[in-house]
Amino acid sequence: MRSSRLSAGSAVFQVVNYTFLGLFTLSCVFPFYYLFINTISDNSLSSTGYITFYPRGVHFNNYIDVLKISGLGQAALVSLYRTVVGTLLTVGASAFLGYLFTKREMWGRTLSYRGVIVTLYFSAGLIPWYLTMHNLHLTNNYLAYVLPSIISPFNIILVKTYVESLPASLEESAAIDGAGYLRIFGSIVFPLCMPILATITIFSAVYQWNAFVDTAFLMTDTKYYTLQYLLYRYLNEASSLANLIKNSSDLSAVNVQSMQTPTSIRMTVTMIVVLPILLVYPFFQRFFVKGILLGAVKG
Amino acid sequence: MAATSGKLELEAQAPYFRRGLPNKYKLFLMAFPFLVVTFLFFYLPIYGWIYAFYDYFPGIPLSKTPFVGFKWFRTIASNPIQTEEVLRVMKNTLAMSGLGIATSFFPVVFAILLTEVRTGWFRKIVQTLTTIPNFISWILVYSIAFTLLSVDNGLVNTLLVKLGIVDQGINFLASNSNVWGPMILWYWWKSLGWTAIIYLAAIAGIDQELYEAAEVDGASRFRKIWHITVPSLVPTFFVLLLLAIGNLVNNGIEQYFAFQNAMNKDTIEVLDLYVYNIAFSNNFPFATVVSMLKSIISVFLLFLANGLSKWVRGESIL
Repeated sequence: MRSSRLSAGSAVFQVVNYTFLGLFTLSCVFPFYYLFINTISDNSLSSTGYITFYPRGVHFNNYIDVLKISGLGQAALVSLYRTVVGTLLTVGASAFLGYLFTKREMWGRTLSYRGVIVTLYFSAGLIPWYLTMHNLHLTNNYLAYVLPSIISPFNIILVKTYVESLPASLEESAAIDGAGYLRIFGSIVFPLCMPILATITIFSAVYQWNAFVDTAFLMTDTKYYTLQYLLYRYLNEASSLANLIKNSSDLSAVNVQSMQTPTSIRMTVTMIVVLPILLVYPFFQRFFVKGILLGAVKG
Repeated sequence: MAATSGKLELEAQAPYFRRGLPNKYKLFLMAFPFLVVTFLFFYLPIYGWIYAFYDYFPGIPLSKTPFVGFKWFRTIASNPIQTEEVLRVMKNTLAMSGLGIATSFFPVVFAILLTEVRTGWFRKIVQTLTTIPNFISWILVYSIAFTLLSVDNGLVNTLLVKLGIVDQGINFLASNSNVWGPMILWYWWKSLGWTAIIYLAAIAGIDQELYEAAEVDGASRFRKIWHITVPSLVPTFFVLLLLAIGNLVNNGIEQYFAFQNAMNKDTIEVLDLYVYNIAFSNNFPFATVVSMLKSIISVFLLFLANGLSKWVRGESIL
């Protein structure tokens, strides 16, 4: 009697559990699907809310047209620049500093290391930071996107811990062969750190691609705008977007199906910004998972 | 600290490095440029606190602006409008942090539910797909919200009107009365799957023999969860809770910046966003004052959380 009642309870639990998890998963994926079918559907249907679960009047002109919007190509380049250069600098600097901080013979090591790590927990605040950036002439300056992110305390901790876990004999034998610090770093430590550096790379790249608050603070000239910030402007200034469409002669469509509307541009730009993440994610999922677990172990 | 090589070994290998400058200075010189960068972007801003003591206005150099002492600090208490505004912002800040802490068991529940799924492929799909939202920016989340909830062509309003639940679309995103709840929902939509990974790893680390022993004793699924899984997640939960307490006044700006509009400003403005908004209206001294007080309070809270951790767990969280 008892066991049959239990298994009935268990069955109900499983049904509820699978339903709940299924629905939540759907809620995480459906918005992307919904955006996508709207960007490839007849724009006149899409802008009036007719496209709900499947595309109608399929065309791909939105993706071609959107690239003609003035400023969008530039914004894409800025986003790409900060993602590539910013990530390379962070990864390179974190690897090198992480390695240097394992060297106990370094002068002022403890103070330097702590000085870097404390910045994880303390900041002077948004406005003093802005005023400093302003005084350093880093407003309306491409360097502002990549210079501050060179120092990433968390990544430095990760590399340092990783280097400390490598067998010391490797470095020692190279030292006996006469290799200096730079040589040892370049030909032994750096290659051995690849697993941890891969994780850091993917996290920094996502961070750089997604960043937008610094643009809002530091950049007033539109040529420094990133894709994320441009999208933000589109979302908040529907009227300016409508004007943009009216004034761009390139966007005058031959037929009503592919005529650009504020909705179509907003959705298409969103898809363009989201796509790199969605494409990269499946291949690097294990790095992401490793990243968060490393972070958890650290504490 | 994995001290791989002892002091003796280091001294033994030191001569091989020696070319001119002693190694200890050579190493420091190599790190020096990076220390300068750290100083410029993390320590120099502390000097920026002096703006709190001047009647600074952008465009006029600080040397030509009058020093006013604690004038801007006093306005928090002496100027009724200012007081009211700060209280409103503090209320929003603590409400968002409070709701975050009150719902911080969500990822625990999610992780437990996910481990109860016995179908391998289903579990894998759920885990993979629910972590995706964590990797898109808040701007993109807002764009999705905008697309789904927009008044004239959003999916939600279209369905509501079609089903006859409402006559006219509701403007969900431009309302002052309904901000905190949706904000916390969007927050968990973005980070539930991701945060759950920490707990999933903790569950994977539980000794399977505990479950087997419980099974032999006739424990049901729910008893096993309650008496084995939940207790073994408590330490992780506690650490994350302490970190949340340390970050009580740091909600971050991104989510609120993205969702902010003229209609919901009163209830969405948390400290970080407020500071941005007052700076944007060119009141730099007062924005600096708020930044500064916030930094000091959050350091205090961090020490408090760390002290709590040492007292309860005997371990620091920093």
